[in-house]
Order: sequence, then C-alpha cells, then structure tokens
Amino acid sequence: MRKLLGQHEFYLAMILTVLVIAIGLANPAFLTRANLFDLCKSSTVMGLFALGVLIVLTSGGIDISFAAIGAFSMYVTSRLLLAVDFQGSVWVAFLLASLIGLALGLFNAVSINVLRLPTLIVTLGSASVFRGFLLAFIGTSIVNRLPAGMIAFSRRTLFEQTLATGETIGLSFSFVLYLLAIVAVAFVLRYTLLGRGIYALGGNAEAAERVGFNLRRVQFFIYGFVGLLSGVAGLVHACTMRNANPFDLVGTELSVIAAVVLGGASITGGRGTVLGAVLGVFLIVVINNSLILLGIPSYWQKVATGGVIIASVAITAIRKDGVRHAAASWR
Amino acid sequence: MRQMSDIQTDCDRRPTAWSVLSRHHLVRLLLVTTTVFILMGVLNPGRFLTWRNVTSMGFQFPELGVFALAIMLSLITGGIDLSVIGVANLAGLAAAFILVRSDGQPCPWCIPAAICAALLASVTCGLINGVLIGYLHITPILATLGTMQLFTGIAFVLTKGQAVAGYPETFQRLGNGAVFGVPLPLLIFLGCAAIVQVLLARTSLGLRLQLLGTNPVAAVYSGLRIRRLLLRTYALTGLLAGVAGLIVISRTNAAKADYGSSYLLQAVLVAILAGVDPKGGFGTVWGILLAVLALQSLSSGLNMLRFQPVIGTYINNFTKEFTWGVLLLLVMALNRRARAT
Repeated sequence: MRKLLGQHEFYLAMILTVLVIAIGLANPAFLTRANLFDLCKSSTVMGLFALGVLIVLTSGGIDISFAAIGAFSMYVTSRLLLAVDFQGSVWVAFLLASLIGLALGLFNAVSINVLRLPTLIVTLGSASVFRGFLLAFIGTSIVNRLPAGMIAFSRRTLFEQTLATGETIGLSFSFVLYLLAIVAVAFVLRYTLLGRGIYALGGNAEAAERVGFNLRRVQFFIYGFVGLLSGVAGLVHACTMRNANPFDLVGTELSVIAAVVLGGASITGGRGTVLGAVLGVFLIVVINNSLILLGIPSYWQKVATGGVIIASVAITAIRKDGVRHAAASWR
Repeated sequence: MRQMSDIQTDCDRRPTAWSVLSRHHLVRLLLVTTTVFILMGVLNPGRFLTWRNVTSMGFQFPELGVFALAIMLSLITGGIDLSVIGVANLAGLAAAFILVRSDGQPCPWCIPAAICAALLASVTCGLINGVLIGYLHITPILATLGTMQLFTGIAFVLTKGQAVAGYPETFQRLGNGAVFGVPLPLLIFLGCAAIVQVLLARTSLGLRLQLLGTNPVAAVYSGLRIRRLLLRTYALTGLLAGVAGLIVISRTNAAKADYGSSYLLQAVLVAILAGVDPKGGFGTVWGILLAVLALQSLSSGLNMLRFQPVIGTYINNFTKEFTWGVLLLLVMALNRRARAT
C-alpha cells in the first residue's frame, strides 16, 4: 500500500477518477457508452504519438518532429496508394506509412549522432525540413477520397450496439492497434536489455556507456522506433478523419509532450512509465472533451492544458526537492 | 563544454573591432551572409539590390532580431525560452486594449500608457518564467512550454480569437516610420542589440550569466545567487519579447492571440546560426546581427522568386520553411566540424 501511495501513476489515476465522476455528475452525457468509445478513439492517435515521446523522454532526449513525420507518412502513403489505384488490404498502407516514418526517424538519429547537439534543436530543424518538403514539393491539397482499404478500416468497430435512436455505436478498431502498441512498448521498456539501455542512457549516459551499452545503437533504435510509431499514428489519423490533410497533426506536438510529462516521465531522462503516459493522454483528452460538454468555450482549452502542465511539473519538482543543492537541477 | 579559462581569456581581451571579426565563427558567418545576399541579388537582378528592397527588409527583420536576442539570453544561461512569441502577443494585446480606447479622439496619454502596459505585461510573464525555472527548479523547456500555452491561451480568452485593431497614427509610426530614411523598428532593434551587447560584454551580470551557462556547478560554488540571476534573465527575455510585440502591433496595426507562431523556429534558427552555444555559456550580439540579416535576405529573395518556377516547382512559404530547416541542420553540422578540428 505504501508503495502504491508513492507512485505518480496512483495520484494521476485518482485525479482522473475524481474528474470523470465530477464531469459525469455535471453532464450525464459524459458517462454514456458512446462518449466513452469516443474518448478511446480520440486518445488513440495522441496515445500512439505519446508512446514514442515516452521512449525519447526516458532516454533523456526530446523529439518534436514526430507530428511532422506523422503528417508526412500519412499524406505520402495516401497519395502513393491513390496514384497506383490500390485496392488491397489496409495493412499494406500501414506497412508503407511505418516504413516512411522509420526512414524519417533514422534521419533524425543520424543527425543527432553527427551533430551531437541538444535533440530539441536538431528535431526542431528536421521537423521544418519534413514539413517544408511535404508542403513545398509533394502537395498542399487535401485528399478526400482515400483508398478503399483505409475507408473499410475506419468503419470497422468492436462491441457494436444499436441505440434506441437507431444510431450504431462501437469502439473503433484502431484502438486495438493502440493496445498492441502499449503492450509492445511496455514489454520493450520493462523486459528487454534494450529497454534497460534506454533508461540507462536517460539516467546517466556516461555510466551507461561504461557498463557496455552501445549508445549509438540504442539511439538509432529510439528515433527509428519513434518515427515508425508516428507513421502508424499518422495513418490512423487519416483513417479516422477519412481524409489526408497535410496541414493536420503539426501543432499538436506540445500537448503530446505535455501529456507524457503529466504521466510522470522526466524530461531530463531516466524516468517514465507506459501506464503513466497512457493515463496522461487520457487526462488531456478528458479535459478537452469535458470543456466542450460542460459548455466552456473552446478558447479556454489552451489555458487549461497550459495550467495543467505547469501545475503538474511544479508539483513534481517540489516533491523531489530534496536535491535542491544539486547544481544539476538548474540545468 | 567550455572551460573557465576560456571565459576568462575572452573577458580579459578588449573587444576591438578586429578581434571581434577574427573569431572564426563570425568570419564564417560573415561569408555565409554575404554569399546569401549576393546569391539573392544575382537570382533577382534589378530587384533585390534596390534601395526599396533594402528598406523593406529593414522594416521586416527587426521583430525577428529582437526575438533572437531574447532567445540568445536564455540559451546563454543554458536554458531556453519557448514562450517569447506568447509573451509578445500578450504584451501587444495589453497595449492594444488601451490604444483602441482612444477611438479616433486625440489621446496624448494613451500611447505612453500603452507602451508601459505592454512592457509591464511582458516583464510579468518573464518573472513567472523566472520563478518557475529559478525557484521551482522546473526544466526551462518544460516551464516555458507550459507558459507558452498559458500565455497564448490567456490571449485567446481575452480576445475570443479576434484581432484587436485600429490604433492612432502616431503609434503606427513606431513600426512604419523612418528617421532620415532609417526605419524606426530597425533603430529600436539596434538599440536593444546595443543594450544586450553592453550587458554581456561590460557588466558583471553578463559575466555571471555566461558563467552559469558554462558550468552551473562552478557557478553554484562560486557563490552566485542562481535564483535571482535566472529571475533577472527571464524577466529580461520577457521584456525583449514585449518590445518585439510592440513593434509587431504597430507595424501591422493589429494585435492577435496567435500572430507569428513560425517566429519561434526562426528565432532559434537565428540564434544557432549566430553561433550561440545551445548548451549554454556563449553567444554574441554581432552573430545575431549577421544571422538575422542572412535569414532575412534569404526570405526576401525567395519571396521575389515566387512567381517563376525554380527547378520545376514554384516557391511558396513552405519552400522557405524547408530551406530554414536545411540551413539550421547545415549550420549545426558546419559548427560541429569547426569544433572538431
């Protein structure tokens, strides 16, 4: 029990529960099955991105190009498949998008390894390269007619149910992809040497190198994997929206990072859990969703997320302030 | 990381014009800037190298330059201020709310009051950042990421997403007027640059900032009051952002909650191009001057090329974004090579 009380995820779950009950009391529409399915669907794309961000943050880096990678993979995949009039399975689209994402992620990894500069600034540059390339050389028009496989995928649901109103609701199938990704990332971080390497790199890079981790290889995995996940997330986004808009996704980076930080991941590395990140994403999605349901104008959204981020990191900082005199904490 | 001795020799040396120019990075940067300038002149014969274009550039880049100065100060201490654009827009709004009050009637106190309100708002925002970073020990990236959302959000709530426009003509002159042919915003930027230069090169505060960025552990043990130092840095960063905000609203005659979001990337790009060490400790105002000129020439030059196809494609705003990103990565790669040799 004491172990439970000491955990960040526990507090997060408590806050989430209280919030859900409070909103449910204020507006019963919040707790309907339809809205819960909707929340799950909304948290899928953000959650997929967040899993990638979690890995990067845990390793002590920061990647803000993931949204640009997602938009790039999603748009290029859709345009390519349309160009060849592809009629086959959606999994080909996913394969293509994740390969494009992987390639862009590896571009990040190479840049970071060559430049040896803060990852924030490197990925700031690569993000504008990806986005600029996409919009300047590939296209700016929205693809409204997606390949048949992607449309079919977006219609696929689980736990289908027909309401009294005649409306059919169900859990979007893409949520299964999210669950798979959660299990995969949790497995890698917890049970593999690679995962330990990621924590070690974030905790103390020099110590990690001395105990024999090949840091370069770990970094290539991290940024490549983030790219791959972002590609998948981008395609899920296109399927959900039923169009491929090259202007989408970019601009959401900071709320994803905020969600992961909210979930207890340390931005200086070495700390972070999948459960925390998933809860953090859900909290942000609930806040955004509830503002609408509670009738609060949407321009309050930024204030709410900004306030939540600051409060959360401030509380974390105050709780661990035993190290006040360690100069490293001023970095 | 630079050693203490480097800093000391830098400070012992009197910054004569020649010693400033002979520092390797600045010479390289001068070459880059000149190349970009000449290249754009060659690509746009008879249009780029005209008095009209040069003055129009002089009206455009000061905002970016002031943002870059602000980012440089935060980078020198080893942090970063991502909230500058949010602060500028909020400060601009504070001024705009007072300015639109006058509503056509002459209002002698409105303009000074508006300027004071903007600067006060921006310093307050900066102090909030400083408290979060210095006193609560939140990592600068995170703290300013949060306040960026917060400030932009507050601006959205205040305006409900609409522009607050229409100011007295006297105020608009601040961003559109000229003295003896020199654009006023350029003069404001040069003023800010001079102040930052004096601060960094001639005051003990500047020296302490650089020490903090170079080696925070040493800074703690040499008895620097880090919290106050960080508080002042971010207050100053905020103040500069506020000045940029004033230039923006007087030039465009409107204040908006989400103006200029692409400025953040550009300002970081200018600072890195200028040779500011993103790990802290080093940065020069001369670098910022050259880098902002290079970026503006590139930007204006590409704008002129917009209506003719280049290598089979038309140039648009996204070509610029792409070019900036490539430039940022390229310059970092070059700096890396220079450091390695």
